[in-house]
Amino acid sequence: MERRRTLRALPPARKLMLLASLALLAMLIIPAVAPAYSPDLEKAIDGKLPADVGINSIWVVVAGALVMFMQAGFAFLEIGFSRGKNAGTVVAKILTNFSIAAICWWACGFAIAFGAGGFAGHAGGFFFTDIGDPTKTFPVMGLSSATIEAKWFFQFVFCAVSLAIVWGTTLERIKFGVYIIYSIVFASLIYPLGAHWVFGGGFLQTGDWLGTGIAGMQDFAGSTAVHLIGASGALAALLLLGPRKGKFGPDGEPRPIPGHNMPLFGLGVLILWLGWFGFNPGSTLGALDGRFPEVLLITNLAAASGVLAAVSTAYIRTKAIDIGMAGNGAIAALVAITAPSGYVEIWAAPIIGAVGGVIVVLGVYFVDKYIDDPVGALSAHGMAGIWGTISCGIFTAPRLAEYNAFGDPAGGLVYSGSPQQLIAQVVGVTIAFTFVFSMSYVTFFLIKKTYGLRVSEAEEDAGLDISEHGMYGYPEQFIPAPELVGAAPGPVPATAGGPVATGKEVPA
Amino acid sequence: MKMVLAYIRHEAFEPIRTELLNLGFPSLSISEVKGSGRQKGITERYRGAELTNYLRPKVKVECVVSDKDVQTIVDTVLKHARSGEVGDGKVFVLPVEEAYRIRTGESGEETLQAHPDPAAATA
Repeated sequence: MERRRTLRALPPARKLMLLASLALLAMLIIPAVAPAYSPDLEKAIDGKLPADVGINSIWVVVAGALVMFMQAGFAFLEIGFSRGKNAGTVVAKILTNFSIAAICWWACGFAIAFGAGGFAGHAGGFFFTDIGDPTKTFPVMGLSSATIEAKWFFQFVFCAVSLAIVWGTTLERIKFGVYIIYSIVFASLIYPLGAHWVFGGGFLQTGDWLGTGIAGMQDFAGSTAVHLIGASGALAALLLLGPRKGKFGPDGEPRPIPGHNMPLFGLGVLILWLGWFGFNPGSTLGALDGRFPEVLLITNLAAASGVLAAVSTAYIRTKAIDIGMAGNGAIAALVAITAPSGYVEIWAAPIIGAVGGVIVVLGVYFVDKYIDDPVGALSAHGMAGIWGTISCGIFTAPRLAEYNAFGDPAGGLVYSGSPQQLIAQVVGVTIAFTFVFSMSYVTFFLIKKTYGLRVSEAEEDAGLDISEHGMYGYPEQFIPAPELVGAAPGPVPATAGGPVATGKEVPA
Repeated sequence: MKMVLAYIRHEAFEPIRTELLNLGFPSLSISEVKGSGRQKGITERYRGAELTNYLRPKVKVECVVSDKDVQTIVDTVLKHARSGEVGDGKVFVLPVEEAYRIRTGESGEETLQAHPDPAAATA
């Protein structure tokens, strides 16, 4: 009964996917002829490479590795909040997305996001070639002496985090191919443009664009550039995708669909928390100004306050210590402190974190009434991201605004008494959200019209593990033990005149 | 007294339960079971090797009613559990000797489904 699969026999959608991945692979050989850029190596051979290059690069690479580890955090968080029949698919998604983003970031993402230019970077660096003097090609990266490769890696893992956030709202019902198509668009265009404007030296960051006189936007590590951008894509996907089957009863009342593993969720949250010690402190892009431990302290204080605030808020509403909300509180507070972590004094961190913790709980309660966001990504990354970005306009310390050289040097509202910075933050958030939401909406809309966003109802019932990947995340739970050890199928009884077993797989 | 024993798809259970409750039959038990029939198995692939799973999960519903109510129960199950595809399941009707309500010790047909106010049981 072995059915041989040939290219011709594949359904058109599958064929398209196969060709797309082949094209992506073919891209790999394009820049093979370009010589590698290595002035650092030449200097090192001559014994003239300053020690600070090595020291700063070590910190940026270590921080980047911590941020890469956040992929594991997202995976476990999403697996824990999914049902057991949709556990394995998250693993495949995280690995595939991370890999596609890496190729796209190398091809054009980094050059667009951090190259010189007001609207989009275009000074070179596509396929990591034609870099010339990195401080001129990537001016905003010139803040420290770490090598450009270290900075490339650090910014790439940010892009991958942003992409991972998009899918939080889409669990348990999206077609796997959508991940592939959208991640190419996201990592080569949507994220690079948004990140460029907000923290890549683009018009929002430098301020005074088109003669508006608006202050430069402050976003130290990406409350807007990474988290809100991810959440905006997530909202666009969710609106076109619709809720999971069974989320809303016939009367429209929302029903909880509990995730299958709270310990895995907790592991995910803790890995993310650890990863954030690379995310925020690493955004100093160097170690030698000694700023990174202070940023780390601020980040941790905010996260701790977020957990306590979220647990208290949920307790007041439900009279229970909510495990999921404790985790969501940590994530939301970390998202909120991401933008201000390099701009505020330590006293502001607990306030920003605690407000983030309250926002996420109320946000989840509110969002859950109308749309189906399985992990609370819209609240934890979207609403908390907006709050974090705006909080710069309130709490930014003049000394740090001056040191970072972005925004109003008089500081935020509590220092300057003027809403100058606050306005810049609100305008920046609005522009970033509008841009990413509309770009993503168009992308998902086109995917919906051509390839389709959602699996069939039968596949959703059976679970994405078996329907999209042909295997279970937890085989023992779905396959009885006698069959696992290899019982042969019995003789099939003749069914003369009766119904024949359907060729199309029907779920249980 | 008869027991109606139905093997159905998971998604058919909720509409059946709701309708039986409205008709005044709140008492039933269910079990998650696995079984084989004409419905094909699911083929799982693991590292390139295939593993076919011939037993498919179903819900088993047990409901004991007096003889005059059997047809109502069966009709309700047939109405909601039928999708027309192979794998919809089967219904069996079995005779039952006797029934006791544990709380009071009373026996006979009045122990079966006769809740005075079925609406109260919904809450």
